Amino acid sequence: MDEYALIMRHEDGTKVASPEQLQIWMKQTMDWIGGIAAQNKFVSGTGLPFADARVVGHNNVVTNGPFGEIKETIGGFIVVKADSVDEAVEFAKGCPVLVGDGNTVEVRKIAKRDGVH
Amino acid sequence: MQQQELIPHLFRTEYSKIVAVLCRRFGFEQMETAEDIASETFLTAAQSWRLNGAPKNPTAWLYSVAKNKAKNHLQRNTIFETKVAAEIRNNMSQIDENEIDLSPQNIKDSQLQMMFAICHPALSSETQIGLSLRILCGFGIDEIAEAFLTNKETINKRLYRGREKLRQEKINIEFPGPTEIDQRLENVLTTIYLLFSEGYYSVSQNNTLRKELCFEAMRLCHILIENEHTNKPQVNALLSLMYFHASRFEARIDKNGDLVLYDEQDTSLWNNEMISKGACFLKCATGGEHLSKYHLEAVIAYWNTQKADTPEKWENILQLYNRLLQIEYSPIAALNRTYALSKANGKQQAIIEAEKLNLVTNHFYFALLGELYTDIDNQKALQNFQKALSLAKTETDKRLMSRKIEKLLSVIDP
Repeated sequence: MDEYALIMRHEDGTKVASPEQLQIWMKQTMDWIGGIAAQNKFVSGTGLPFADARVVGHNNVVTNGPFGEIKETIGGFIVVKADSVDEAVEFAKGCPVLVGDGNTVEVRKIAKRDGVH
Repeated sequence: MQQQELIPHLFRTEYSKIVAVLCRRFGFEQMETAEDIASETFLTAAQSWRLNGAPKNPTAWLYSVAKNKAKNHLQRNTIFETKVAAEIRNNMSQIDENEIDLSPQNIKDSQLQMMFAICHPALSSETQIGLSLRILCGFGIDEIAEAFLTNKETINKRLYRGREKLRQEKINIEFPGPTEIDQRLENVLTTIYLLFSEGYYSVSQNNTLRKELCFEAMRLCHILIENEHTNKPQVNALLSLMYFHASRFEARIDKNGDLVLYDEQDTSLWNNEMISKGACFLKCATGGEHLSKYHLEAVIAYWNTQKADTPEKWENILQLYNRLLQIEYSPIAALNRTYALSKANGKQQAIIEAEKLNLVTNHFYFALLGELYTDIDNQKALQNFQKALSLAKTETDKRLMSRKIEKLLSVIDP
C-alpha cells in the first residue's frame, strides 16, 4: 500500500469567508477526514492558514503571500494510504474544497525512502 | 460481616497487597513463594478463625501471619545459603523482621511497582491481563478462566509462561525512571482499559464477575492517581471514562441477563453518583499539553450520559470520533463514528460511508447496516441483521439480533 498526499488548492486565497461559512467548511472537512480515518486509511494531515503567510523569492525578496502574482494557494494537505492512485483519487473527490469553483485537489504519491525515488 | 463472607472479602482486598510486598522483597525469582505464602496465610486464617472466631482486626492479623511466614521462609533460605555458599553469610545472616514492611505506604508503592512490572511490553496483553487479575486483583484461576471463557489449564499455563517471562526478561519490581515513565504508563493504561473492556463487553454471562472486572480496573487506576508521579491528565481521563461507562451498569443488562441497547435503556437506572465522579475526573484531566485518546473517549462517554437526544450531542460525538480515529483506528470506533454520522448528518450519508468500511467479518458491522437501512430499505435491513445473526458469537448477541429480525418481519409482513 502506498501513501498519497492530497493537496487542497484554493483558486483565490484572498476571498474572505464569514465565520459561519468557515464553521461549515470546518465541519465538512472534519467529516471528510473522519470518513477516511474510519476506513483506516488516514496517515496525517496539516491545515495551512492564510494568516501570516509569506513567500520568499529570488534574492530573498519576502512578500506577503502567496497572494497576488501566484493565483492559487494551498489550504492544507492530508496524507492517506491507498492501494492505487485511483483509490486516492476517490478520497480526493470527497474533499469539501471542491465545492468552490476553480478549487482543486492535487493527488501526489509520497516518495518511498528506498533509494530509488 | 459473617465469617464465611469475611475471608473471601479479605482475600480479594488483601491477597494482592501481601503478594506485591513479598514479591518486591523476594524478587520475581521467588514469585511463586510469595503467592504461596499469601495463600497459606488465608488458609491459616480460615482454620484458626473457624475455631477461635475472627480477630478484632482481621487485616492486621493477616499481615502479622504473612510476616511470620515470610520470615520463616527467609530464615530457612538463609540456613541453606550459609551452608552452600558461606561467602555470602555475612549478607544473609541478619534477617531484619522489619524488612517485610506491610505499612500502607509500602503496600501502595509495591502495588504500583508491581503494576508497572506486569504491564511490561515484553509480555503479551493476554498475559498482562491474566497476571493482573491474579496478582493485582486476587482473582481465582476459575474466575479468570470464566472471564476469558476458557478452562483452568489454559489460564494456569498462561500465568506460568507469564511468570517465566518476567524472570527471563529480568524485569524488576521498581518504579520506571523519569525518561521512560510516560511510555511505561501508556502500557499500564492500555492494560487497565483492556481489563475494564473485558468486563464491560465480556462474553461471559456472569454479570457479577463482569462488574468486578470493571471495578478492579477502576481501583487500579485510582492507585495511579493517588501517586504524584502517575497522577497525569491521561490517567484521570481514563478513570473518568470508566466512571461514565460504569454509570450504566444497572441499565444495560435486563433481568434475563440480556443486553439492553443504549436507546432502550431505562435512564432512571443510570447511576448519577458515578456520572458526577466521571465529570470530576474529567475536570482533573485537563491542563496537560497532550490530548490522549482517553480524553476523547471520556468526552464521548460524557455525551453519552446526556439523556436528551439533541443535534448538539450527536454533532459533538461525531467530531470527537473524527479526531479519535485520526489518533488511533479501531473497528469499533469506526462503527460508532458511522452511527453518530447517521444521527448528525442523516442515514443516507451514513449508509454510503458505512458501505465503505467493509468490516465483513464483524457482526456489529452488519448490525449497524441493519440499523441504518431500517425504514429506508427494510429488505436490506433484514438481510444485514440475518448476516449479523450468523456471525454473532455470544448467545446475548444472537438473541439481540433475533429480536431485531422479528421486529422487522412484523413490519414487512404484518
